[in-house]
Amino acid sequence: MPSVLEIQDLHVSYRSRAGVLCRALAGVSFGLMPGEIMGVLGESGSGKSTLAVSLLRLLPGNGNIIRGAVHFEGKDLLQAKPDELQQIRGHRISLIFQEPSLALHPTMRVGQQVRQVLAAHNSPGKRALDERTRQVFAEVFPEEANRISRSYPHQLSGGQRQRVLIAQAIACGPSVVIADEPTASLDPVTQMEILGVFRKLREGLGLAMIFITHNPALLSGFADRVLILYGGQVVESGPAETVLASPQHPYTKALFASIPRIFEESGNGHRQKLPVIFGDSSPST
Amino acid sequence: MDICGEREPTPVNLSVTHTVLVSIMKTEASVSGPNMQPLLKVENLVKRYAKRTLAGTGTDLLALDTVSFTIFSGTTLAVVGESGSGKSTLALCVACLESPTTGTIWFEGKNIVKLGERARRQVRQQIQLIFQDPASSLNPRWSVLEILVEPLILEGKCNREEMRQRANSLLERVGLSQNIVERLPTELSGGQRQRLAIARALALEPKLLILDEALSALDCSVQAQVANLLMELQNSLGMTYLYITHDLAMAAHLADEIAVMNRGRIVEQGLTGKILKQPEHETTRQLLSAVPEMLRAAQPELEK
Repeated sequence: MPSVLEIQDLHVSYRSRAGVLCRALAGVSFGLMPGEIMGVLGESGSGKSTLAVSLLRLLPGNGNIIRGAVHFEGKDLLQAKPDELQQIRGHRISLIFQEPSLALHPTMRVGQQVRQVLAAHNSPGKRALDERTRQVFAEVFPEEANRISRSYPHQLSGGQRQRVLIAQAIACGPSVVIADEPTASLDPVTQMEILGVFRKLREGLGLAMIFITHNPALLSGFADRVLILYGGQVVESGPAETVLASPQHPYTKALFASIPRIFEESGNGHRQKLPVIFGDSSPST
Repeated sequence: MDICGEREPTPVNLSVTHTVLVSIMKTEASVSGPNMQPLLKVENLVKRYAKRTLAGTGTDLLALDTVSFTIFSGTTLAVVGESGSGKSTLALCVACLESPTTGTIWFEGKNIVKLGERARRQVRQQIQLIFQDPASSLNPRWSVLEILVEPLILEGKCNREEMRQRANSLLERVGLSQNIVERLPTELSGGQRQRLAIARALALEPKLLILDEALSALDCSVQAQVANLLMELQNSLGMTYLYITHDLAMAAHLADEIAVMNRGRIVEQGLTGKILKQPEHETTRQLLSAVPEMLRAAQPELEK
């Protein structure tokens, strides 16, 4: 089966104010299958957020894509012209960020904000837009879709806001969604709810997804494949259940060992120290 | 509170030279700590926030609804619950940063709710807070040294040289190098920043540390480092922690007792092992079922 998104040997660097180049990604390659949830796991500085934004060429001014290719629907996104790219961003590939309260306009009803995304990419007329907005809301809010689409962000809970962002992301019917720590600011019960929403969308719409997180536990039972990013490189990848259950790379092993297990048994279990990893995970320059 | 009017309090030795008079009420099902004095005892705490709509009406929001618990010296109580369950309001009330609507907070035998401003300041030194995001709880324009000596300056007890020494020993205590004293918080990693926040909290030698989601913003491996540091401090200094979190796995790792909150009430409370193995309340079960599969290593089936 051909992959929907193919990343080949991606190298990204940032230029510091002193003019020094810092490598953020050093040769990342992977393919995303249609309808697949790919979990990208990495700690601060491993390059995971750089990966999210560089796929759509949304790097900040001091970020440079040194080389590599991102193939999507027969195009190399890294070579695409700005207007071609604009057609893809938010339309064929959409991004969901961590902080839902920052990503929404505070004084605009959330329904309007989803409608704007639709209007930016196609203009089928007012009534069709309203109809599609309603559909999208019904998709992510099975109950109370109407009330919520008329609310302002501050009237919604964190989980509801994150659902609004998901609504924005799926509004135009993309084939790939990139989610960068979409559940980090939510409590665990809401986190599981949001993962449920993603799973439902994958089944319903056949969305492929890149799910970026620093928390391995979230990926178990959710992702199909897992990719471990360390120092800007993929150190390990494979089917989620295999990688999570029996990691091979020393870094992955150490990372998993540092997380407390909830039902660990031993006489004085919770007084034991957690194994730690020394040093940091940013790439050497 | 009421009991003090009825009964003569019993003297309790806190240290060789320090005796307080307190009424110890219920201490059943407690933990075996090194020191069995209740350091903090919260009774029937209620915090009501007035909620006003434009029309001037509206029902009040009950952030804390008759919350009671006890923490013994040298132990850890974890308060877990979903967002909006009142955990952080509880932290602010205990830290004397919010006044509860009714209820009492006994800290070392004193009711700190009724204290005047001056006495409260004394108590605040003993109870320090550590927040979730170390980046926003440290002044970005101050050097590490300035951050560390600020509490000492406010306390006003030591001179410059002593302050510097205290700062250095604090850094050593939390495992930071003394070379970083001139750096700004932005030049530190997330884990270093949280260590610095802990060092600052320790500056005035507090008895109780309130950790309000203090680990949630950190990477897994850094969480482990800071969790180990907290445990080390508990062993060496006998620190007492009120750990507020929604991370049940970490709560289970660090805490002797767990209290589960829902809509401002403590719905279940007990020893960590019991809460995990025989959850009684629906909220606890819900929280447990939200723990990802991966963290349920070698776990017997949850009892229904």
